[in-house]
Amino acid sequence: MPIDTAAEVLANRRLSSDYNVIALGAPAIARDTAPGQFVMIKPSAGLDPMLRRPFSVFEVLRDASGTTTGLSLLNKRVGTGTSLLYDAEPGATLSVLGPLGRAFVPVDPPDEAWMVAGGVGLAPFATLAEALAARRTPMTLFYGGRSRQDLFHEAFFERLGARLVLTTEDGTHGERGRVTSPLERALASHRGGAITIYACGPTPMMRAVAALGARFTRPTFVSLEPHMGCGMGGCYSCVVRVHHGAGSHFVRSCLDGPVFNASAVVWDALASVGH
Amino acid sequence: MADVSVRIGSLTLANPVIAASGCFGYGVEYAPSVNLAALGGVAVKGLFLSEREGHPPPRVVETPAGMLNAIGLQGIGVHRFVAEKLPELRRLGATVFVNICGTTIDEYCEVARVLSDAEGVGAIELNISCPNITEGGIQFGCSLMGTHDVVSAVRKVTRLPIIPKLTPNVTDVASFARAAEHAGADAISLVNTFLAMAIDVETRRPKLSNVFGGLSGPAIRPIAVRMVYECFQAVTVPIIGMGGIQTTTDAIEFLIAGASAVQVGTANFVDPFLWEPLIAGIDAYLDRHHIERVAALVGQVDVKTPEPAWTAF
Repeated sequence: MPIDTAAEVLANRRLSSDYNVIALGAPAIARDTAPGQFVMIKPSAGLDPMLRRPFSVFEVLRDASGTTTGLSLLNKRVGTGTSLLYDAEPGATLSVLGPLGRAFVPVDPPDEAWMVAGGVGLAPFATLAEALAARRTPMTLFYGGRSRQDLFHEAFFERLGARLVLTTEDGTHGERGRVTSPLERALASHRGGAITIYACGPTPMMRAVAALGARFTRPTFVSLEPHMGCGMGGCYSCVVRVHHGAGSHFVRSCLDGPVFNASAVVWDALASVGH
Repeated sequence: MADVSVRIGSLTLANPVIAASGCFGYGVEYAPSVNLAALGGVAVKGLFLSEREGHPPPRVVETPAGMLNAIGLQGIGVHRFVAEKLPELRRLGATVFVNICGTTIDEYCEVARVLSDAEGVGAIELNISCPNITEGGIQFGCSLMGTHDVVSAVRKVTRLPIIPKLTPNVTDVASFARAAEHAGADAISLVNTFLAMAIDVETRRPKLSNVFGGLSGPAIRPIAVRMVYECFQAVTVPIIGMGGIQTTTDAIEFLIAGASAVQVGTANFVDPFLWEPLIAGIDAYLDRHHIERVAALVGQVDVKTPEPAWTAF
């Protein structure tokens, strides 16, 4: 059951001119959050902007004794609400509603988990990597961004035992190009056992990952990020078209997602929205 | 403790606060976090006879103090609602307002018949005001004859309280209230959303797939209050007022303007836990003003003694 908390901004670390990690004192929500779930954040107390925004929970924060103290969000400044979150000062309070939505289901060994992140799409994978590490599931993070300064938290994933495959579009870090190129090569050359793919990032990237998952017959799950009005199933604004019987229909991504089996998504319908 | 109960036709509500249609799913979505029985009522998402897909995304866009929506009445149809949702709403003790739509008068009547035969429906809210669909709905709500015809036709097929939901997208909303009352409505509800548009100036494209959408939220509240006041002068049936209500003060303003009950919609998206404080706040207001029954507050605006300008600041 979701709760709504007036959470204190514990810290706000600007990672670059447009990315930041904001830590929020919402321990009760953090304790209940499963990997891939999201929270609805009200970025201002006033009426402009008025609505909350959905964010994947990035990290579950704990103190030295292991007690959960809150959660963090990986934010990229792209509009009004995300700019307010980029600029938020420690000590301010923000309304946090959650946890919400369907989570990733982490696979158990000997299956492998391959996570594919594009830009701010890294957000749901910190908690997923922790859950996978706890199961001792072998994991790889394919992580792509525009440039060296857009890739973060590599050490966090390495500490958990993840193999990292990095790409940048300008070639300043890791392989030059898109994250789907090394993913495709790895899928083609893989001689081991079962793999489950988890992806989050720009829609074209997730669509490409979904196509690769289908081509190499690997189960693939994506975390979609449509616009949401309420996060609770009330408004029907966050719908995603999914295959249904012989046809397709709209389902609410706040309740039936944000994590979807990639093979269920009607990608043509999603792409036309222009996320 | 004041008496906050409200009579709407043959129906008695525990209090005057109802969750607005289109903003609360089918009610059951909120059952894990909200005690539905503690609300005056739950107005469920608009239902046609059959399932309906709705518009492609983007379906909502924010504007200052408001939002535009063009959901397009995605819905499961009345039969699935009766089979899959209504039993759960009954079990939860909700007073259910079923918002119904139609592309023809016959469809409205058929949906109303299905609901009349079901257990657990409190009232029918006739949606003759959705701005986001081309056929039916607002076609009836924007014509006095259409309003009269659809209300009187549904009146003939059901004994459930009928509450036409009026559109604000007309010149004289009070005349539509009168037409609805004359045709046998037990109450009226208003306002639905204001037809609106938002454009991305970089791409020069509309921000909604449907081009137009309905504006809701605090931005519309003063217009809605005025329209409720106008209707209160025009009809004797109860009025359910809505439009941008977020707080107890907002709800009280509608009651004083002439609403017997209120609906809260958009504010629920921002704060799904607003209900208990809102209802408790109405009770506290009545106590503070030594008013024993909420009904005694309805329409009690004093327009003869204008507020001195200095108290407004």
